[in-house]
Amino acid sequence: MIIAVASGKGGTGKTTIATSLARAVSPAQTVFLDCDVEAPNAHLFLEPALSLRQEVSLLIPQVDNKRCTACGKCAEVCQYHAIVLLAGETLVFPELCHGCGSCALNCPENAISEVPDAIGVLESGPTSCGIKFARGVLNVGEPMAVPVIRQLKNWLGAHNQPLTIRDVPPGTSCPVVESLLGADFTILVTEPTPFGLHDLKLAARLVKQLNQSAGVVINRDGIGDNRVEEFCREAGLPVMMRIRFDRRIAEALAQGKTLVETFPEFLPQFRELYSQILELVSGTRKVDSRAQIELNF
Amino acid sequence: MALREMDPKTKQLVILSGKGGTGKTCVAAALAHLASISEPPLKAVLADADVDAANLELISKPRRLDCQPFYGGQTAVIEPNLCSGCGLCSAVCRFDAISSNNGAFQVNPFACDGCAACFFQCPENAIKMQAQTAGEWFQSESQFGPLFHAELTPAQENSGKLVTLIKQQARLLAMDESRELVIVDGPPGIGCPVISAASGADYALIVTEPSRSGAADLSRVLKTTAHFGINALVCINKAGLFPPGEIEIETLCREQDIPIAGRIPFDPAVVEGMTQAVPVTVYAPQSPASVAIRAVWSRIRNILWGYS
Amino acid sequence: MKLAVSANGPGLDAQFNERFGRCSWFVFSDNETGEVASFPNPASNSSGGAGTQASQFIVGQGVHAVISGRIGPNAYRALKSAGIDMYCASGNLVSEVLGKYAAGLLEPISEPDGYGGGGGRRHRRGSGL
Repeated sequence: MIIAVASGKGGTGKTTIATSLARAVSPAQTVFLDCDVEAPNAHLFLEPALSLRQEVSLLIPQVDNKRCTACGKCAEVCQYHAIVLLAGETLVFPELCHGCGSCALNCPENAISEVPDAIGVLESGPTSCGIKFARGVLNVGEPMAVPVIRQLKNWLGAHNQPLTIRDVPPGTSCPVVESLLGADFTILVTEPTPFGLHDLKLAARLVKQLNQSAGVVINRDGIGDNRVEEFCREAGLPVMMRIRFDRRIAEALAQGKTLVETFPEFLPQFRELYSQILELVSGTRKVDSRAQIELNF
Repeated sequence: MALREMDPKTKQLVILSGKGGTGKTCVAAALAHLASISEPPLKAVLADADVDAANLELISKPRRLDCQPFYGGQTAVIEPNLCSGCGLCSAVCRFDAISSNNGAFQVNPFACDGCAACFFQCPENAIKMQAQTAGEWFQSESQFGPLFHAELTPAQENSGKLVTLIKQQARLLAMDESRELVIVDGPPGIGCPVISAASGADYALIVTEPSRSGAADLSRVLKTTAHFGINALVCINKAGLFPPGEIEIETLCREQDIPIAGRIPFDPAVVEGMTQAVPVTVYAPQSPASVAIRAVWSRIRNILWGYS
Repeated sequence: MKLAVSANGPGLDAQFNERFGRCSWFVFSDNETGEVASFPNPASNSSGGAGTQASQFIVGQGVHAVISGRIGPNAYRALKSAGIDMYCASGNLVSEVLGKYAAGLLEPISEPDGYGGGGGRRHRRGSGL
């Protein structure tokens, strides 16, 4: 089973929940994927020994000038203007290329080959409690996170363990979608504040569009108001866990310790969270009929 | 849109953070408030460049004046009646966006990158490329000045184009109305949208929080601002939560000659104000965070305009 | 010799736009025949690759020199490889800017401005973290 931990808003506690869930359930049978390749930080909490490393590359066109007849077909098909015909010469702009391969496919002279261009790395290794940890890191200066996340998801027998937990980047744009695709269930982490609510609505809408099951964890409960709870009720989103705001928790997290390490009293709650997810995914628990109503925002 | 240099008195301040959730938007809104009540008065224009999760309007009580669609990329669409089921489209798709459903092929719009490789390969001309409305942008009148903001539709590529548009609009209005300050509430991270938000700024205020990764995150943002020749200032939010983290941040700033504009203590009044849709400086002007943010604002004014 | 000026509208009375890749129009002026023609910039609304797309368009029009203000690294590389001269101008109207060119008052552009536009990948600067 693949569980994605997401949120619309950054800083709500995705990594807090994801890392604790991994430690609480069955570490030795869990794969943890840190999909926030622009700002990965789960390694600070789980402290894996990162021993394996693989470069992530896009395939960029390379034009054989001896075969190129300057017909311009490649430039015509390229949607990103990354390969252009200028004054009889075909020029490639690697920085604009999305690696789709269309130019090479359409060249009538077979003059285009593809060469790898590094955009990031994948790293993996075990944690001391046996979690199989892997992460992607996007090179500073590269804006396209999606290919790194895609390769991370398919790396190293990520499918071979009973449980995979994906720490998803914040927001709702492409990298988030890529991190969510293929997941069996998404935990939406939020905080009971207007910002938390606003961004939760966006994330909930996205998850619904992707046709995926989801539930909510309210972190820092008690600091704001109850509009988030009301929204979840109206939208038929189960609130599966609440973590009360506690300055001591904030301090422990700032130090880079997982929640369940510093406060083992949370272990049963995370196991219960996992059981709820299992039930929801296997359909044992009837989903609230109000969830059938269009989510209106 | 006449070509004019921005009035040298008009300053552009971008608020960045690296990691999300450090308090950028709360600080940006408080600064906008302080600008509006300063002596002598300062007229500001606000731009919410975090188009993926635009929250500035939640604490600035804006009145929407105008709304425009924003067009992003395109998605492939397969016409089922024309599809012969040959599967060439799926074979060439590098984005795992095409799969077959009982012999008919279909495109997952969330995975489609818009490269059109399938479009050019399809022997039946069964595929067309459809332009996507990627979001909307708005001009509003907020409590602290005109506000330009946007909402990117979920699952759209955040290329920075929408951010650039928001910022341009804000700058143009500042020029047209001779407003002295453009405050850009930037997105988290260091990618394309951040680069777009930060370009052209006189100063970047980087809001950090002290944590184990705080200094590392800050370092990445500083590399980004340095690359674009944007002067940086740092302020430490939720100060007191993790003193070793603060020391790391202070050391980093000292090493790189980055001024620390202030330390804002962790303060429940910030969220309380948020639930009332106002910045903390409006909600509780004497609370510790408000006092600290006033000091940050003072420092910023001094740096930007050379007086306190 | 054909010149291209980045602008906000068609014709010599149009406002000059300093941005090459995303200006809304190009005004083409032949300084020998006096012919003037204007076309909308096909790249003005592109999410990415506006610089290369605009350059391709310009080169296809048989232009010898571009008069603009800010030319990004992709457009710069494209125009340079096609042997097109670039000049940096400021001013209100297209006609004003062409006048400055004719009087030899414009500086040639010898390096690109800042970074390319959104939507694409950036020049790599080493590994992350």
